[in-house]
Amino acid sequence: MAKNENGKADIVPAESVVTGTGVVAPDAFTDPGLPPHRPRVTDLDPKAAKRAERVVYTLFYLSIAASVFAVYAYMFFPIEPENVHSVRMNTLYLGLGIAFSLLAIGIAAVHWGKALMADKEAIDHRHPVRGTDETRARAVEIFRESDEESGFSRRTLIRNGLIGALIAFPLPAIALFRGLAPMDVDPNNELKHTMWKKGLRLTRDPQGTPIKASELTIGSAFQVIPEGLVDLPEHEKLDAKAKAAVLLVRLKKEDLHWSSKERESWSYEGIVAYSKICTHVGCPVALYEQQTHHLLCPCHQSQFDISNECAVIFGPAARPLPQLPITVDSEGYLVAMSDFTEPVGPSFWERAN
Amino acid sequence: MSTVSAPAQSGVVGKFSNYLDERTSISGAVKEFGRKVFPDHWSFLLGEVALYSFVIILLSGSFLTFFFQASMTPVLYEGSYVPLKGIEMSAAMSSTLDISFDIRGGLLMRQVHHWAALLFVASIGLHMLRVFFTGAFRKPRELNWSIGFVLFVLAMAEGFTGYSLPDDLLSGNGLRIIDGMVLGLPVIGTWITFLLFGGEFPGADIVGRLYSLHILLLPAFVLIFIVLHLMFVIIHKHTQYPGPGKTEENVVGFPILPVYAAKAGGFFFLVFGVVALMAATVTINPIWNYGPYDPSPVSAGTQPDWYIGFADGALRLIPPHLETYWFGYTWSWNIIIPVLILLVFLAAAFAYPFVEAWVTGDKREHHLLDRPRNAPVRTAIGAAGVTFYAVLWAAASSDLIATHFKVTMEGVINTLQILLIVGPIIAFIVTKRIALALQKKDREILLHGFETGRIVRLPGGEFTEVHQQLDAYDRWQLVSYNDNAPIMLRPNPQGKITGGMRMRASLSRFFFEDRIAPVTQEEYKQALEHAHH
Repeated sequence: MAKNENGKADIVPAESVVTGTGVVAPDAFTDPGLPPHRPRVTDLDPKAAKRAERVVYTLFYLSIAASVFAVYAYMFFPIEPENVHSVRMNTLYLGLGIAFSLLAIGIAAVHWGKALMADKEAIDHRHPVRGTDETRARAVEIFRESDEESGFSRRTLIRNGLIGALIAFPLPAIALFRGLAPMDVDPNNELKHTMWKKGLRLTRDPQGTPIKASELTIGSAFQVIPEGLVDLPEHEKLDAKAKAAVLLVRLKKEDLHWSSKERESWSYEGIVAYSKICTHVGCPVALYEQQTHHLLCPCHQSQFDISNECAVIFGPAARPLPQLPITVDSEGYLVAMSDFTEPVGPSFWERAN
Repeated sequence: MSTVSAPAQSGVVGKFSNYLDERTSISGAVKEFGRKVFPDHWSFLLGEVALYSFVIILLSGSFLTFFFQASMTPVLYEGSYVPLKGIEMSAAMSSTLDISFDIRGGLLMRQVHHWAALLFVASIGLHMLRVFFTGAFRKPRELNWSIGFVLFVLAMAEGFTGYSLPDDLLSGNGLRIIDGMVLGLPVIGTWITFLLFGGEFPGADIVGRLYSLHILLLPAFVLIFIVLHLMFVIIHKHTQYPGPGKTEENVVGFPILPVYAAKAGGFFFLVFGVVALMAATVTINPIWNYGPYDPSPVSAGTQPDWYIGFADGALRLIPPHLETYWFGYTWSWNIIIPVLILLVFLAAAFAYPFVEAWVTGDKREHHLLDRPRNAPVRTAIGAAGVTFYAVLWAAASSDLIATHFKVTMEGVINTLQILLIVGPIIAFIVTKRIALALQKKDREILLHGFETGRIVRLPGGEFTEVHQQLDAYDRWQLVSYNDNAPIMLRPNPQGKITGGMRMRASLSRFFFEDRIAPVTQEEYKQALEHAHH
């Protein structure tokens, strides 16, 4: 490494420090030293000093008053049940009391420091961060001695055994974390199936009442959950809903374009049901644009075209929303023909197999 | 031992001090640190704001733990907030509502906690920018930059885990996005989310687990790293801005006792006071408006807390259809690419001091800060990084930008996609040019003096403006900067030029080829003579 590229003699600050690309010109200006000290108003004018003193102690006493006020506010602005206004008053006055007690201390202390305390600048000397050569030599020697005395490098079997044992001992701790997820559940399987199955009725979210095909007018949309979801045990309900939520819409039949006859048979009289869980990262695709037949995910703005099998037309999503095959039962209620034919929601590694 | 013969032992204070010192040796610490000098500058307060916000977070957070129940057990809400009465929600949400509506000062403390958390991350970010743009990360402080970087990441993790605790609609959606992101990671994604959520999303475990992280593990790490960070500040002594009388071998400023105790101590109360004032008057995270988490509804215009915005923005800017099936597995490039972009961005921020140290090969200690203009390429790199971050951040509000400014969402996204690539390049070029221009201006003022506005008519009839030379102190301000020149590529002692050397030489050219050297005495003399003729 060259000491300096222009070959001039450097003014190097320490012993033999490498300056790298740093350049110090031989006839550089020299430091004129600290500028003369300029006294403050409070140093020159006793009246100003007196005034500053008054400001400081007044603020400290005001702070005490504000603290007392905060306690007073706690007692005399209580929260009354079912009264949001009382919450607001409690928060406001208690908060203002605390804020002013703190601010007064802060302003007073800083003002004291700046206006009244001696403001003569002080100078500390720096020392290089590295230890002195003696210290470093001694450190090296200590390591050498302890290596000698323990035989750490000499007794290689002991040393390697120690290293191996130290690598192995945390392994049980890692194994313990397997218990974070249930033992008997295969995530791959869970992610590929939802509650939907043949004959299950489509019901309104959140009431759980079934929906007749005739109730859907053209352009209308329903948030749908599977029949029986509301009766699930509490902790299973959200898990099931996070996969099974469906958006039901009715379009004019001629507005729907299908890639195959089979796909067309998944709809009923222009009524189509699509998974509401975005194929990007799983937000509910909750915004339905009636005029354009587009679905929009409010989280990352992926857009899906209902008239075109919910193909992605914009945004970060990669795949169309999965379609739930539906038909009507003998009573005219909408029912599922089967579960979704592909996993719903965000992609995952084992999705394809 | 011989008896202690301390002079000042009379009085209560003296006796108490003696008692303490004989058991703790505390007089040594007072002697060592009591008069330690700290330099003065407003930009050094940014780190202090971060430290103080953390203290405020600890205080307000401890209060909240006494009331919060980190459980996803479903309960029927029976508290004071009428619109949600009788609605089923988790105990976490219900207890958060109780803190807000049934405990005096509870809402205030929640808001203190949340505002302080936002301020914590913001002040860390600004502090990092200050350190970057003034070159405070140079030797011997590279490792302290790394420690600070870890703190920045920990602060974001603390923020996100805290944001997820109330189990309201927004926080649930935030978790859903994390779940979807992790699911998309190759090989390990599926299992990681299963372990994290204790089964399928949302499950019944995540709030309790995040709570452990949020109040135990992460704060412990934050605390450890803050202690390390401050320890190094003491070991290195604080950097100072260049100026007359300030050298690499001294620190000019005010002693801890009494001036800094008053100013920094007072500043803690100022920060706390401002946070309390915000908490008293400005609502933050009104979870009662969002309702409990349900996987089906979501409201338009959802936003993460500000510091997660850049990650959310990265997710939004990826073009459609990026997913492939290879070897029977799903490769979600729409997740993998944004995650990689974020990791590379963070890694670049982490590594910068080490890269610059390698390029300059400068082994000197640097305690005098650079004015940003005097390191044009570094400043330009910083501006490019800030622009990149800002575009990602703006992307997290793409929908709100579209609705507020009445432009199309597609237009906003496409513009930001282009800006993400073009923006940093423009920022780099413009910033570098501005820095160089400012350096030239400094040089000009130095050599020809500053304009006094006084017009003089010469005997020949010519009008001229009188320029006045700077005094020695102002002149030093403009000439005393760190100057670098590119390295010449020369063979090493073995007569070889390695790839590493080539790389270093070209990087040093990139950094320093446009170089404005400080004015030397000789140049100055010539300029003066020239002016007199």
